Order: sequence, then structure tokens, then C-alpha cells
Amino acid sequence: MYVAVKGGERAIDNAHLLLAKKRRGDTSIPELSVAQVREQMPLAVARVMSEGSLYDPQLAALAIKQAAGDLMEAIFLLRAYRTTLPRFGASAALDTTQMQLSRRISATFKDLPGGQLLGPTFDYSHRLLDFALLADGEQPGPQVDPQAELSPCPRVLDFLADEGLMAREFDEGLAVPDITREPLDFPASRAERLQALARGDEGFLLALGYSTQRGYGRNHPFAGEIRIGEVEVWLEPQELGFAVPLGDIEVTECEMVNQFVGGKGIDAQFTRGYGLAFGYAERKAMGMALVDRSLRAAEYSEEVEGPAQQEEFVLMHCDNVEAAGFVSHLKLPHYVDFQSELELIRKLRKQASEQPAVEEQRA
Amino acid sequence: MNRDVSQSKVLHSDPQIAIRQRWMAVLARAGASLATYESALKEIDYRLIRAPEIGMTLVRGRMGGTGSPFNLGEMSVTRCVVRLDDGRTGYSYVAGRDKLHAELAALADAHLQGQEQAHWHARLIEPLAAAQRAQQAAKAAETATTQVEFFTLVRGED
Repeated sequence: MYVAVKGGERAIDNAHLLLAKKRRGDTSIPELSVAQVREQMPLAVARVMSEGSLYDPQLAALAIKQAAGDLMEAIFLLRAYRTTLPRFGASAALDTTQMQLSRRISATFKDLPGGQLLGPTFDYSHRLLDFALLADGEQPGPQVDPQAELSPCPRVLDFLADEGLMAREFDEGLAVPDITREPLDFPASRAERLQALARGDEGFLLALGYSTQRGYGRNHPFAGEIRIGEVEVWLEPQELGFAVPLGDIEVTECEMVNQFVGGKGIDAQFTRGYGLAFGYAERKAMGMALVDRSLRAAEYSEEVEGPAQQEEFVLMHCDNVEAAGFVSHLKLPHYVDFQSELELIRKLRKQASEQPAVEEQRA
Repeated sequence: MNRDVSQSKVLHSDPQIAIRQRWMAVLARAGASLATYESALKEIDYRLIRAPEIGMTLVRGRMGGTGSPFNLGEMSVTRCVVRLDDGRTGYSYVAGRDKLHAELAALADAHLQGQEQAHWHARLIEPLAAAQRAQQAAKAAETATTQVEFFTLVRGED
């Protein structure tokens, strides 16, 4: 049982003031602005928006600044703010096929319509520290031909579907469950799983995805297509009776191609894993796609061998706000709690010392 | 990429409404650049039927990009309704938390539904749309510099 404590108000206030001072750092160095965080740490902003479950780059940047760079704390701040806003409704489903691409790659087909577009990426870099960044300098970017255009980029997995090697995804017209309004129940639907994974911790999903590659639930994945870019969001307000475009958001989408299902008279087919995240968040989208696939074990009558295939285990532990909350509560005063533990251990030891002969006999 | 194609699934079958959807898209993307037109848009008397209000929209994706929808997360949205003195009503729903943006977008929506639609189209929507197209094209041209051709090498021949 947890017994509350009170007091310490002045010390707590001072601790928060001291944190503000630590966040500011050396005052002879110019203060970091929220706009600087937003513009110059876009990948941190993306992570906070994804796991904070609110697309708002300015607020995510503010949260990062306030949290002194602790992204999980920033995610918590954004989640908390999110609960204060009214919801105007749900958007029309994003049409990611039509996004304005800033990156598009496929690891399954070398030559595809629209081509492979690397975009801004850490891939193929040597991971050597760039000491030039210690000095201020302009980053002019590559030489651009202003007339250059991108060709249409159809979905890569459609090529496999066209050949009948993979099932197409259709809108089944079901109601969309919302785990932020109705608590998760098991077994969960794929829509509930994807919502939970979309808010889930990148590190947790990455590790689980990695575990499937190492043999804890083999899915033999290939990155069929990764797309990053801006996509329009449309909302249909009841008062208007037609859909209204809200603007664009940046998203990362990953479609994994996995090994086969079939047999018993049904032709073998590839299977799909899907990942979608706010902002430029490739690792997150890949981890999500791997785990989406591994959690489809029951659907494909696969043996559940690894943690990544255990729906309840994954979904109940992927939220880092919940996880951090429960772990962090261990820091709160547990004085009364612990007192009873102390009494218990002393009693056990006393009993043992009074009956040495009996203990020896048992041993 | 062609945005018009992307809009085709949500564009209304009534051409009047489809035109309105297109200008609302331009206004929603305009952001702070709409402030340049503030004094022109406010030359007429108007009332706020719904003062700019910040809220959010639940963003949905589709499984595999084309399948059943699921909830991805929320995004911040600001909405506003204005009524001009002549009775026309303008609406806005714009991404983000910029209240001025929402108010000006609603005002522009009201102006664009009146007699002076052609005027506002030429003065406001066309230049904004052109700027947005140019920005998109510039981005696409940048991305095009990173288009790669991978060559498969034959292994095991020494």
C-alpha cells in the first residue's frame, strides 16, 4: 500500500528553479530559441510529435526545450497538453500514395517507376564526426536544376499485388476503434494495434523488430518501400457537409514485404507489415512495420515463439509515457511501505537464528 | 507530384463546392503569408460568429496505405467562422494554432463567396497558389538531385 507524504514545498520549488537554471546552462552562451529547435532538430521534433501523439512542430519544439532535451519528458508534456484540447473530429484517411515525396526507396526492386529518391538521409554516410560543424557555416545543399521534376511514384507493393503474389489492402468499411477513448481489450483488432504502435516507443519497437530478425518470430522482412513526404489532411466538419483541406503534414511510411502464407491448395503469398509515423521518422516506421507483421501471427496461424508476437505483452508495454510513469513512481517516498518490508525481513532473520538446528536439518 | 489528383477523392461533385475546397486548400497552406492581406480583408465590417478556436483533429491513416483506416494521432487545428455585414459567412479550418491565420482565412472564404469573387481570386488566391506551386516545385527539384541508379554487381567471379 502506498501512503502519501506531505511537506517539502519550499525544497520542491527550489528544485524546479534549479532545473530551470540547469536548462539554461552557461548564460554567456546565447539562449536556444524554440524556433531554432523546431528548424534545426527536426528529427527530435518528429519523434516527440509521433509518440506525443500530436502533430504540432512548434509545441514539440517547446516541449523539447522545456524538457532540456529529454525527449521522453517532452513526449509526456505534449501528451498532457493534448488532453486539454477539444477534438473537432476525425480526418479523412490520408492518401499516402499522393504524398509530395522528399524520400522514396525500395530494397526489393532496383528499377521502379519514379525511381529511388534518397532525399536527406544518414544512410551511406561514414558516421565520422564532422568537425566542420564546430564552426559556424552555411549549408548550401546540392546544385539543383530548377527545371527537374519528379515522376509519379506508384506504390511498390502494388507490383506484387498485380502479380497476385500479395493480397491487396481494401477498406473493409468497419468502424475505427480509438484506444484513447475506449480501453484496449484483447484480442485487439489490427486498427487498435496500429494506433498503439503509432504512439509506441521507438526504442521498444526497434528492439522488438530486431528480435524478430534474430529468430524470435521469424518473418523474413524486406523493406518493400519507404516513403517520406508531405501529405494533405482533409476533415469533414458536420456544419459544412463537405471535406475541408487543413494543410499538409510530414509523414514517414514503411511497407515491409514478409515471407509466405499459403499451402493446402492456396498459392503462397507474401505478407505485409505496415508502419506510419509523423515527421521524418524512418527507424520508427520500420520498427512499427516489423512489429505489425509479427503481431499478425494469430491471423496466419503461426506459432507464437517470441515476445514480438505476443500482442498483450507488446501493446501493454510499448507506451513510454505509461512505462516511464510506473517506473518513475518508484522514486516517490515509499517510507511506510518500506518500513513494513524491513519489519518482515527482520522477523524472518530472527526466526531463522532461533531455529538453526531445524534449518540445518532441512539443508 | 500533382496535388489536384490527390484532391480528386475528396473533392465535391458540385463544382461550386469543389472550387471552394480548392481556395480553402490554398488559404490553409498560406499560413503567415496571409497577414500581408490583413488590412484588405478587414476593410469590410464583420462579426466573429465563432472566434478563432484551437482544437485538434484525429488523423487517420490506412493499413498498407490503401486498406482500412486506423488512428495515427492528433494534429492541432484552429477554426473560425465570420459573418460579413452583407450576411455572407466564411469558415476556416487550418492546421496549427495560428488564430490570426484562421480568422483571415475565414474572412477570405466569405469574400470569395460574394460578387467580387473574381477580384479576390486574382488578388489573393492566384498569387498564393502560384507561390505554393513554386515552393513545391523547388522542393521536388531538390529531391530529384538525390535520384540514384543502383547497379547489381556479379559476385563470386575472381
